[in-house]
Amino acid sequence: MPDTIRIRSKFYSNDIVVTRQDSANATVSLTPSKPDEDSTYKLKQDVEEGVANAGMNVLFLVAISIPLVRSVGRFINSKERLPYWDKLYSRFWILGIGYYLGMIILGLQRTKADDFYVLLVLGLLIAVLALVRDYRPARTLLLGLVPLAVTKGSELLLHAISPATLDFYHEGFSSAQGFSVLWLIVFAFVARSHKRQAEAERLEREAAALEKRRIEAQNAILEQMVTERTTSLTRQTEELRETLEELRITQDQLIQSEKMASLGELTAGIAHEIQNPLNFVTNFADVSGELLDELEEEQQRPTRDLALETELLHNLRQNLTKITHHGHRAASIVRGMLEHSRASTGERLPTDLNLLADEYLRLAYHGLRAKNKSFNATLHTDFAPDLPLVEAVGPDVGRVLLNLFTNAFYAVQKRREQLPAQPDYVPTVSVRTRALPEGGVEIRVHDNGTGIPEAVRQKIFQPFFTTKPAGEGTGLGLSLSYDIITKGHNGTLSLETEEGQGTEFIIELPS
Amino acid sequence: MNILVVDDELDVRALFEQRFRREIRGGQLRFAFAHSGEEALDYLHQHASELVLILSDINMPGMSGLELLGRIRQEYPAPPPPAPPRVMMLTAYADETSRQQALELGASDFLTKPVDFAALKQKLLQLAAQDDNAYENENSGS
Repeated sequence: MPDTIRIRSKFYSNDIVVTRQDSANATVSLTPSKPDEDSTYKLKQDVEEGVANAGMNVLFLVAISIPLVRSVGRFINSKERLPYWDKLYSRFWILGIGYYLGMIILGLQRTKADDFYVLLVLGLLIAVLALVRDYRPARTLLLGLVPLAVTKGSELLLHAISPATLDFYHEGFSSAQGFSVLWLIVFAFVARSHKRQAEAERLEREAAALEKRRIEAQNAILEQMVTERTTSLTRQTEELRETLEELRITQDQLIQSEKMASLGELTAGIAHEIQNPLNFVTNFADVSGELLDELEEEQQRPTRDLALETELLHNLRQNLTKITHHGHRAASIVRGMLEHSRASTGERLPTDLNLLADEYLRLAYHGLRAKNKSFNATLHTDFAPDLPLVEAVGPDVGRVLLNLFTNAFYAVQKRREQLPAQPDYVPTVSVRTRALPEGGVEIRVHDNGTGIPEAVRQKIFQPFFTTKPAGEGTGLGLSLSYDIITKGHNGTLSLETEEGQGTEFIIELPS
Repeated sequence: MNILVVDDELDVRALFEQRFRREIRGGQLRFAFAHSGEEALDYLHQHASELVLILSDINMPGMSGLELLGRIRQEYPAPPPPAPPRVMMLTAYADETSRQQALELGASDFLTKPVDFAALKQKLLQLAAQDDNAYENENSGS
């Protein structure tokens, strides 16, 4: 049985491997260095060339590996990712050249020096990639390199331990290496695409971050603007509040001065009203003295007229009652005057509007009469006897009534002055109260004066509007009255008027 | 002598009745009271011949004292008899214009409030004496 001789060129080098399989099925490497073989010379020559080629291979590999290692370094951006290791890594060429020179100097131009260099480079790359394994393209590349490194490593290992076994599985190793190289190429492409993807994502992220920063900057600007605006608004609000406060104070002062003005109008009326009860007080006190004198005289007489004495005593008692009554009357007028001038407490109490209307009608009338002696008017009152009490601020409603009465008297006086030729004209001011069927109370103040022209009617409740000559009216009377009735008492103040016929103001107050 | 007192104050009646109680008791003066100008005119229409003197307040609601005076002078012009009643005005507003106006309208006197009752009494008694004399003269004449 003849031996089988197998001659095979290696996949990755120019070495020629010759193996012989004998009849016992044992494989024997025919190393070309054996001089006793027939083919020795030729083969030997090949082997020497092969050895020289190994040196050339290493040089070639070094030349290739330097840019390759560099490009991998660029690929994973080692400068940024591994700033410390990069300094060593970028000096890889020293290692490559050192390896080659070392190999020449040491004369290690054995067949496997080139393979060992390849493994070294692979190991280095794997180590570097493993350091940056968080970076996805690096991981992919790492995965691509591992099979090549494993086959290369195991081949070298096997070569060192048992070259025969290596030779036996040579074909398998060759194809495995072929596959791992293909694998590496595929993964290198995949890694490249991953890198592109990652790059795109990075750009996107950077753009997003940039946008975010831009928005944040914009937000900061906006926030600052808002803060400034808020500050200025707060300041404006503060200013407005102060102005409002000033206005309120001014309004209070105006109301107070309007009250004082109307008090001035009232003074004469009040004086007259106080004068009458005071006259009675002094007169009854005086006449009581006379009665006592008479009583004493009577008691001195020998024959006493008991009937007369009883009458005198009765009169005395009656006079005391009258003195008390008129004293109270004067006091209540003074009290009313004080209430009128005092700042309103705003307290709403059950109020008899009949009494209030009567009191202020008289005050208004006498006030006007004191100013104008020739003035006279018929006062007519029509008070509902069953008028319910109304929760009201007495002095405030009194002020409204005083104002309406004063205006009414003014209107009839004006008409009298305009029509002196009409002796039949009787200036009349009347006040009427009645309970409203739906609850609440109505007060109507009527005059048969000049009436109010249409143009004036619109403005009559506006502040500072007055038809009176300068200095005679503040123009606040009706506007304040309107506020008192509508805002202060939730009531209504309206008017019916006909030019040349008269005017009627109607107050409605809820019960 | 019959006197009509016109005043819107009700207590004027009590005051006059006490102030002139002796004269009333003695029958020298007789008082009637009205609380407004209108009431006074009504009374006057009913007792025209008996009434000698009207004492009227000026300031009254409705018809004032001066209006009353005007009406009386209109309705009862100057003599011949029966002689129109004298009208005395009483007022708290004692200013010259009112006085002038009252006198022009034919008031026989113008008194200010508060009333000086002593002076008033003297005037009234004087008038009453004149009135009595006139009355007696009239009676004896016929």
